[in-house]
Amino acid sequence: MAELVKLTIDGRTIESEKGTLLIEAARQNGIEIPAFCYYEGLTLQAACRMCLVEVEKTPKLQVGCTLPVAEGMVVHTDSPVVRQSRKGMVEFLLTNHPLDCPVCDKGGECELQDMAFRYGVGESRFLERKVHTDEKQWSPVVFFDAPRCILCYRCVRICDEGIGVKALGVANRGVVAEIVPNHHDHLECDECGACIDICPVGALTSGIYRYQTRPWEMEHVGTICTHCSDGCRTTLGVRNGKIMRGNNRDRSGINGEFLCVKGRYGFDFIEHPERLQSPMMRVGDSFEPISWAAAAEEISRRFKAVKERGGKFGIIGSNHTTNEENYFLAKFARQGLGTNNIDHHRTGDLATFFDALSGRNDALATTADLYSASAVLIVGNDLSQQHPFLAYQARANVRHHQAHIYTVTSGPVREDNYSVGSAANVEDLRDKLKSEKDLVIVFGDSVQGDALRKLVAFGDSLGIPVKYVCLVDYSNSRGAFDMGVVPRDGGMSIDQMLAAPDLDVLWVVGANPLKRGSLSAENAFVVVQDLFLTETARRADIVLPAASAYEKSGTVTNVCGEVQKLKQALKVMGAKTDLEIFGLIAKEMKLNLGIWLPDKVFEEIRKNVRGYNVPLPVVATGGAAPTLPLNGHVAALPGVIQSAGDTLFTSGSLSKYSKILNAVMEAPGGLYEGSKER
Amino acid sequence: MALYNEPSPLETRIVSKRFGLPNSASLDTYLATDGFVAFRKAREMAPEQIIEEVKASSLRGRGGAGFPTGLKWSFVPRTSPKPKYIIVNADESEPGTCKDRLLMEYDPHQLIEGILIASLAVDAHKGYIYIRGEYRYLIDMMDKAIAEAYAKGYLGKNIAGTGWDFDLYTHSGAGAYECGEETALLDSLEGKRGVPRMKPPFPAVAGAWASPTLLNNVETYSAVPYIIREGGKAFADLGTPKNGGTRLVCISGHVNKPGVYELPLGFPMMKAINEVAGGIPHGRKLKAVVPGGSSCPFLRAEECDIPMDYDTLAKLGSMLGSGGMVVMDETTDMVKVALRVMRFYAHESCGWCIPCREGTTWLRKILQRMVDGGGRREDVAMLGELSKNMLGRTFCALGDAAAMPTISIVEKFAEDFEKYIVPEAVLV
Amino acid sequence: MTFSPALEERFAALLQKYPEGKTRSAVIPMLIYAQDEVGAITPELIEEVAKRCGVAPLQVDEVVGYYSMLHRKPLGKYHVQVCTNISCMLVGGEELYEHAKKKLGIGHKEVTADGQFSLEEVECMGACSWAPAVEINYDFHHFVTPEQLDKLIDGLKKAH
Repeated sequence: MAELVKLTIDGRTIESEKGTLLIEAARQNGIEIPAFCYYEGLTLQAACRMCLVEVEKTPKLQVGCTLPVAEGMVVHTDSPVVRQSRKGMVEFLLTNHPLDCPVCDKGGECELQDMAFRYGVGESRFLERKVHTDEKQWSPVVFFDAPRCILCYRCVRICDEGIGVKALGVANRGVVAEIVPNHHDHLECDECGACIDICPVGALTSGIYRYQTRPWEMEHVGTICTHCSDGCRTTLGVRNGKIMRGNNRDRSGINGEFLCVKGRYGFDFIEHPERLQSPMMRVGDSFEPISWAAAAEEISRRFKAVKERGGKFGIIGSNHTTNEENYFLAKFARQGLGTNNIDHHRTGDLATFFDALSGRNDALATTADLYSASAVLIVGNDLSQQHPFLAYQARANVRHHQAHIYTVTSGPVREDNYSVGSAANVEDLRDKLKSEKDLVIVFGDSVQGDALRKLVAFGDSLGIPVKYVCLVDYSNSRGAFDMGVVPRDGGMSIDQMLAAPDLDVLWVVGANPLKRGSLSAENAFVVVQDLFLTETARRADIVLPAASAYEKSGTVTNVCGEVQKLKQALKVMGAKTDLEIFGLIAKEMKLNLGIWLPDKVFEEIRKNVRGYNVPLPVVATGGAAPTLPLNGHVAALPGVIQSAGDTLFTSGSLSKYSKILNAVMEAPGGLYEGSKER
Repeated sequence: MALYNEPSPLETRIVSKRFGLPNSASLDTYLATDGFVAFRKAREMAPEQIIEEVKASSLRGRGGAGFPTGLKWSFVPRTSPKPKYIIVNADESEPGTCKDRLLMEYDPHQLIEGILIASLAVDAHKGYIYIRGEYRYLIDMMDKAIAEAYAKGYLGKNIAGTGWDFDLYTHSGAGAYECGEETALLDSLEGKRGVPRMKPPFPAVAGAWASPTLLNNVETYSAVPYIIREGGKAFADLGTPKNGGTRLVCISGHVNKPGVYELPLGFPMMKAINEVAGGIPHGRKLKAVVPGGSSCPFLRAEECDIPMDYDTLAKLGSMLGSGGMVVMDETTDMVKVALRVMRFYAHESCGWCIPCREGTTWLRKILQRMVDGGGRREDVAMLGELSKNMLGRTFCALGDAAAMPTISIVEKFAEDFEKYIVPEAVLV
Repeated sequence: MTFSPALEERFAALLQKYPEGKTRSAVIPMLIYAQDEVGAITPELIEEVAKRCGVAPLQVDEVVGYYSMLHRKPLGKYHVQVCTNISCMLVGGEELYEHAKKKLGIGHKEVTADGQFSLEEVECMGACSWAPAVEINYDFHHFVTPEQLDKLIDGLKKAH
């Protein structure tokens, strides 16, 4: 326990850990000391001077954001001189700040507005000409309006310290000092938009959101990003059934501040014109729309016939659908259709991983562990590209706790910049790693089978507490595995299904196996549930329009096994959730698979799926509940395990339909050199 | 080398004693005139003794802040796992100040010896002289002097056969007043924007490249050889109690003989104006004096009958600053002076913190509007009020440096604003 | 970019001057000396200095706008800098600057059509006691009267 000191703020005696910054000590006790440039977790600037307070026995006002509390300190945060000082600061700030609040994106959620309202004066004494420069577009998604900028340097810091990109700097000096992008007139960066999010005013605005709406016209729906497996919470601003923006200003999720380009902008695929709106049946070489009832009837008829004659089913599930959907699909396969031929595109060797850990649930790292462990070893993955949030956690760990990063990767990765040890082989790092207090080992798809067992044995032999993360690609890859969308007990893997000439039914839910593979069974009846007419859907006999993750409720499990809740943000005409579709087919087939409401299915999951008996309130309130899925031996599975190798700007089939992801990818520098081959 | 101005018989020439000697910048001249006597003496002294001697001299920083030099030296940790550095602030940019130029031009080896003695005191082996970019000719001259010192064994390994090693380099600035602030100077030395750093840590603990660093003005280091050679007390006795020694006073403005003169601390200001600098031309009357560079609050004529020492100026609410004494006669338009001063600070504000960045420009614009014929009565009070909103609230002292002279002009020369107040000011 | 042998030599010395691994310190001197030869801080020069000092171009770019002696646009062969700060102003600095404007036919930070002269009203250059002062390139001129300035400029014109 750290030493406590007693101090007085505004007449209240409080206790605070020695060394705490005054601004934090005050906040912890419900006393607000206003600030623009102070930002928890980022370096101190002492630039905005809003946090000046009176400390007795010091002649000048003191800077609340850099002053550590001390025993006996007597502080006044609301004295006449402090109030006058703040008024002066707001007045200074407003001299060159345009008062275009009525049309500014930030209007209504602007920190400068709030400060002016609370601490400023109602009138302006500034009669002179304001400094003006024209607005600039730095990328498809980042615009900069210099006159609105108050130079709090939050954007510069989040980009450097948080994201590790250092794409923003400061040019000129004095009143014409200005934030500038790294490539003269444009940005070449992750396009994550963290700078926009963190901007307290409307200086940095988003290419997709600007001048579209007022913040108060939107509903704010906190849900989980549907792209990679990191499980970032994104708060969607929804107006009239349209997602206007994604951000994480409320810092409500495991990801706190963080979102990458996909989490912030990658939702526009839902309104892509090619989005399927009606069930369709193949007629000759083309598709014709049919009703849901007719589609269900036809599927039921064909499924029943195959089931009755003991034919061969192949079911391919999704790594984007919810746990409830995955669970229900697995149940549908095994109980309803009597088959174990169920699989999904597996991107990490979870079966070997769980087996190798032989029941040690405490060896499973959470996303928080990457921020708190004294060391992180990254094996065979470009974390900043494929798991940007995990990379962010590791960086924050370095920054806040001086953690050590080690890398064992085939090519250069951003984490090398923070690395204290890079090697071709983990063995070369043994001595260094042994001296760490504890360690998280994060590994990619190249580590599978025996190599994975060896890596775990290596970690376990270090003699320090070691936790692991087996990286998987997509938003519910982990959930698909945990819910049993895998060929256990002699079932066929995807490649076996596609290769089997006698396959009678191929049922594909939210996957696109025919993008690369081909189906051998020419006469198989193919049902595809998807958002788009993918390569696989084109081969279907019946195509069913499915809802995306932003259009449904349920839960997903991230790469670290943390369960989080999806909240439906909107409904898209024509589409149904996969769970509804399963229910519809089950009902038509007169199968009793239980109620197909997400909450009910989740109750079943909590009862039946190992490790998923997570506390409901945590999940219900938007928290992330770690699962404990390990319990002894896990049988090996047939089939191929391979990551899709997505980059920051791609996300399997989804990114193809996202205009914005394509736009930033094509922008100068949008795509990392070398990331194409990774 | 010809001097820029005739010396005055009223001077006490300590740091300027070689000014005007033939080849004063050469090492031979230096060695022939007590050069390196102090260094050899210091080499025999314990570091603590050197620092004690400097403390005894009551030497205070000649860059402007006037911090006791010996005390500053004592802040550098005795031992450090990191190398320590000696940095020389030769970014002389305070309006009214032009003395460090002469110290480098006429007596570079005195500066080098001062640096070497400081290196003994804090156990440093590398030093950099940060010279403002405009002083290119001085960078060249210092480089020449350094090269000569190396060639003759007064820099580098085994200096003067004493076993002491020290390397010294010059470093060019590129035009920024703010880099005279010691931590901004360090950032600039590190190749960054010259924005001041947060303190603590102070440079003594984490300065150049995050290492312990001793940073002083050119004149401060230049005074050290005398202090060690003759003893701290001898230097202190040249001035008045607590205001030891002499300093170079740069007299400019409305005087008959402007120039840089070395005067003991406590020298009467009126005597400096009327006798050392030859009085005010055309028989005009004194109106105002900037006692130590444009950052200092201005003095009205009737306040100027004072000894020039730190304490007296402090009592008057002003400062000795960097020794830049600007004399203004009765014809001077103080509003125009205020505008010119504020144009400078607005131009030089680094922009880091809000009150300085916005405040200096706002004040400049108000003053410009007044001078351009759009002055209102309330502007005068507002100038003072806005200045006070900056005073003591900015990130570094530049905000204060802009606010203080303005406040003093508004308060002491209010009558000068009258003619700029237009009853029906049309604002454009 | 290629530079003169003398400048290359200076660069090499600069990169040796600072403690090991601290080559970023060479950025500002490198820029100002390179500007003297190249004529301006061009985007290529920024890239080049960044490469040589081992920093990102943005870090060099940030510096360029900060220091008033670094110019992105070419200056004249003779850069005439007239100080009008307080000490100079009191003894005719502003009048001298106005005179220079007329004499050269250009304003603040402008360049004559023939590229020979540029003019800048500068802040205190450290010649207060010998005011008013003018610095042409790196040469100081003290106690300058309008007539002397004319002579100086005419002399430079002739030299050309």
